[in-house]
Amino acid sequence: MVRLDKINKSYRVGGQSLHVLKNLDLRVEPGEFVSIMGSSGSGKSTLLNIVGILDGYDDGAYHLGDTLVKDLDERRAAEYRNRFIGFVFQSFHLLPTKTAVENVALPLYYQGVSRKERNALALEYLGRMGLKDWAHHHPSELSGGQKQRVAIARALVSKPRLLLADEPTGALDTVTSYEIMEVLEEVNADGLTILVVTHERDIAARTGRVVHLRDGTIEWDIPADEFRQRYKV
Amino acid sequence: MRSEVWLEILESLSRNRLRTALTALSVAWGIFMLVVLLGAGKGLENNVTHQFRDDAINSIWIWGGETSIAHDGLPVGRDIRFTNRDYDRIREGVSGVEHITSRFNIRGDFTISHGERSGSYRVRSTHPDHRYLEKTIITAGRFLNELDFTEKRKVAVIGDLVSEYLFEGADPMGEYINIDGILYKVVGVFEDVGSEGERQMVYVPISTAQAAYAGGERVHNIMFTVGDAGIEETEAMTVQVRELLAERHRFDPDDPRAVRVRNNLENYQQVQQIFFFIGTFIWIVGVGTVAAGIVGVSNIMLISVKERTREFGLRKALGATPSSIIGLVVREAILLTSASGYIGLVGGVAVLAVVSTFVPENDYIRDPQVDLTAAVGATALLILTGTLAGYIPARRAASINPIDALRDE
Repeated sequence: MVRLDKINKSYRVGGQSLHVLKNLDLRVEPGEFVSIMGSSGSGKSTLLNIVGILDGYDDGAYHLGDTLVKDLDERRAAEYRNRFIGFVFQSFHLLPTKTAVENVALPLYYQGVSRKERNALALEYLGRMGLKDWAHHHPSELSGGQKQRVAIARALVSKPRLLLADEPTGALDTVTSYEIMEVLEEVNADGLTILVVTHERDIAARTGRVVHLRDGTIEWDIPADEFRQRYKV
Repeated sequence: MRSEVWLEILESLSRNRLRTALTALSVAWGIFMLVVLLGAGKGLENNVTHQFRDDAINSIWIWGGETSIAHDGLPVGRDIRFTNRDYDRIREGVSGVEHITSRFNIRGDFTISHGERSGSYRVRSTHPDHRYLEKTIITAGRFLNELDFTEKRKVAVIGDLVSEYLFEGADPMGEYINIDGILYKVVGVFEDVGSEGERQMVYVPISTAQAAYAGGERVHNIMFTVGDAGIEETEAMTVQVRELLAERHRFDPDDPRAVRVRNNLENYQQVQQIFFFIGTFIWIVGVGTVAAGIVGVSNIMLISVKERTREFGLRKALGATPSSIIGLVVREAILLTSASGYIGLVGGVAVLAVVSTFVPENDYIRDPQVDLTAAVGATALLILTGTLAGYIPARRAASINPIDALRDE
């Protein structure tokens, strides 16, 4: 589903070139549930930006499915993001003035789906997250777990090929974190490929495979079973 | 889809009600002030035009005065009195005189009657050319003519208000009116664009008046038009008139008080100049007010965009193109400035309408109106700059990296 071949990425910081990703290769098969770990500065955010088509790269190749994602103009990148990728963030990022259902419907708005149709679809996805009764509440009236479930519904409503979650449980307590992981596991069981960036081992342990970055390269890349044994989680 | 964009914008505007209201106020106030100022300026100008419209602008008026400089062995304080000869000499001796008339004033109001009805009116005795000096408009019959003058006919041309009152709507032509015991035949009716006083006037030939009221050769003032002569030519004519009269009446031509000469063209141009400066001043103040509005809008748009960095980042992550984000902000700016600019425009025009309807006629301001092109132009400028003020930060916001925008501090 995701194929990164010899990706290089540098940033210019104060006249100096900072080589963030070095000849990085990564393959994620369809239906995989992968965690990406690494300390800050390891390049995991940059990796997420590139996979999420939020940022370009200097050389190498990135295939998302059969599509080569390279040197896209802003318009094209926005379209690909909208159609192929769903995002979940640590602090939910729901628009506070919109109700839950309107938030979920937002990606469909950018696809040009009619109001009626997208609200119906959004309601359906909220229903799957068990939030049908909260559809017309504003984010401020929801708990953290509920907010993240709304955000997951929003990420899924456009039927993406890939779900990217950046520290999805970082702002939640343990019980709620596990609830959210259960939701993601269900979604993954339905066949969606998921990439999670996390620094929590217990979260990474619930995925299928753990990739650890260090200084812009993959330090190790192991199945979750091995990860659980190694760290006793 | 289109209407939904506007819904989004309305939602974003209503989220910050106070800020939206303040911006709207600064824009509306700018336009409002501009409209009111321009209207007031126009009112002042209209008033001046109105003050000048009674008399021909291209005219020179001469009155006799009192000498203030001893001359030719004669003492100061001598009255200078004009006669028919002065009139003749100016007519023949000053080049550039177009229409000339003199007036012999018959003092006080006269009881003028026709049949049972009578009223008190002023009588003015003049030469036939007088109608060019006062812009007298003949509505029936004719004005005084040369024959009336040479034959000292007892004819009168009456103002429309006189006719209305004395004849109660009946045709006054050929009828006789009684002016203090003397019967005059009505040969014409006139209107005057000047004050009501002018329309309550009765004109009789100067020769008739001089004979009937023991005037002899005496005239009180002389005035003439100068055609399309420029300001310098009229000044030269003024000097010529002064010298001619000085020689005839033996006073110092530099004596400022021996005769009084009013050059309407000069006055008119001076006043016009003053109003040009007032107009310029009004524009400067108005443009300043609008500029303040522009700064206000720019500020608000900057803050608004900055506050919404996260929102734009999220929208981008969800598939918003940079242009759709710029469009959102720019449309917000356009909506805000055009709606409030329109309110200011309508408010200003309304105030002017109220003023011109309810404020009684006065000597300072008349019929204040605004040049709508200027007002609409100012509004358009404001919308344009508001758009620009939204566009510049919006472009920056649209180019941010969503992950950076959404990262938790």
